[in-house]
Amino acid sequence: MSDITKLSLVDTVNNIKNKSISCEEVTSAYIKRINKSKKLNCYIESDFEQAINKAKSLDNKSDKNKKLFGAPIAVKDLFCTKNLQTTASSKILKGFKPQYESTVTSKLWDQDAILLGKLNCDEFAMGSSNETSFYGNVINPYRNKNDLVPGGSSGGCSSAVAANLTVSTVGTDTGGSIRQPASFTGIVGLKPTYGRCSRWGIVAFASSLDQAGPMTKNVKDASLMLEVISGYDQKDSTSSKKNSENFLNNLSKNIKGTKIGIPKEYVVEGMSKEIQKLWDKGIEICKSLGCEIINVSLPHTKYALPTYYIIAPAEASSNLARYDGVRYGFRSKGNDLIEMYENTRGEGFGREVKRRILIGTYVLSSGYYDAYYLKAQKVRSMIKKDFDDVYKEVDAILTPTAPSSAFAIGEKTSDPISMYLNDVFTVPTNLAGLPGISIPAGYDQNNLPLGLQVIGRHFDEQKILDISYALEDEIKFKASIEDWWINE
Amino acid sequence: MTITKDTVKKISKLSRISTNSKFEEEMIKDLNSIIKFVDQLNELNIDKVEPLSSVVNEKATLREDEVKKMNAKNDILKNSPEDNENYYVVPKVIE
Repeated sequence: MSDITKLSLVDTVNNIKNKSISCEEVTSAYIKRINKSKKLNCYIESDFEQAINKAKSLDNKSDKNKKLFGAPIAVKDLFCTKNLQTTASSKILKGFKPQYESTVTSKLWDQDAILLGKLNCDEFAMGSSNETSFYGNVINPYRNKNDLVPGGSSGGCSSAVAANLTVSTVGTDTGGSIRQPASFTGIVGLKPTYGRCSRWGIVAFASSLDQAGPMTKNVKDASLMLEVISGYDQKDSTSSKKNSENFLNNLSKNIKGTKIGIPKEYVVEGMSKEIQKLWDKGIEICKSLGCEIINVSLPHTKYALPTYYIIAPAEASSNLARYDGVRYGFRSKGNDLIEMYENTRGEGFGREVKRRILIGTYVLSSGYYDAYYLKAQKVRSMIKKDFDDVYKEVDAILTPTAPSSAFAIGEKTSDPISMYLNDVFTVPTNLAGLPGISIPAGYDQNNLPLGLQVIGRHFDEQKILDISYALEDEIKFKASIEDWWINE
Repeated sequence: MTITKDTVKKISKLSRISTNSKFEEEMIKDLNSIIKFVDQLNELNIDKVEPLSSVVNEKATLREDEVKKMNAKNDILKNSPEDNENYYVVPKVIE
């Protein structure tokens, strides 16, 4: 088989199970390609020797029934991986080798997947372009005249899936970090309902918003990954008691009679005509499949980003207090303990992370708490209520994923607000704790991929997977990447 | 509300992040633009709204409080920048 790395996750596992290919062949094919793809800067840590050994031992195993049998998978560097460096792409965690494995990644290995390595991301998942990483920016396999960003914060993940450097992956999404990069690279990205997957062992950014989720080549793969990583975990008190579901087996293209809401507030200033056209195309397809299209209003949408940029930094400033240079990672020098802390954090964190810690500290500080943090929590209530009201009349909501296609590296780094606006369509679902999925839906005039987002009710991932599966079948998006970066 | 140099110095101190004048100048600019952006929330009347701190609807439950042996001391200490005889070493705290 010549194009092993082009296979989907489901096809890869099936081919291994019916012995068309061996685990070792698959893992070797990926390693070979990863070694030739350093230019994209997706991988920041790997353990290929271990991966090959595991593949060999799986080939000798008679029971090949596990759901991810032999699938080589790299994960975002936000997941703690036992004895393999985990840095959240930050200097401050340099050298940190966890003595434990995150729940979500444990579930992958329990299903006989093979760990390939760790994928680059924005530092502590703070960013929308993968440009805040201590390990440098990731490059999108799609390009025009310039090298483009892969989106963020799960930019190493999105680029690696699109460039066939991992068969699937798991990212994390606090305000759009799975869905926006998926849109920028022509892949599928799913943020599950808050509580669907355990957060234990994931480097925390904003604990009331963070969720792990799959990033894959297609909707079937996303369904399979989701059913593997979901489920209650005693170690995360916010994880739901609901059992995982058979998302893949239950997947259905029949979405006749589904009520789909189109929120008028998602027509934002500066959104290109191409995005509107793509959205219209999605609406037409839903209609042709027998869905009922209902115009709805989410009146507080415009306040979602300002709310997010109070709540997320506030939680981050608290979560990141643990990085003190004492127990793990980087330590700088200082004449006394306080000076050591200050220098460690001053030198160990990058600019975007420091900016967010400072904002978070400000909005939580005495005299400003009510004016900012408490106010933002109240507006968060209003945003959630908007969705609750709309879900009385619709089953799901269809929107674009991002207001633009991938932009050039460096284009938006000077102005934090223009960078934050990338997440205008994705942030509201995190604030409301809802599931959302981005699927590739077409190309813009520069031949760059664009995504559509389907947002569902709490714990109704099956519905948004079904809608995406039906849309995917109609849209027939074809990845169009030439291997321009390959270094033989 | 405006972020001044003194504000940046104060919140940097609270955050235990060292600064220098270049960083302070950058942060004055960045933080003011972010505060201006989030001040859009002042347009809303929130008097009768309850704050939302968690979207979880399920009741939190307690687990059994069992002692489990971990024996990971050595692995944990391997990650420390400096340790001695099972203790973390930090700059001298007591004069």
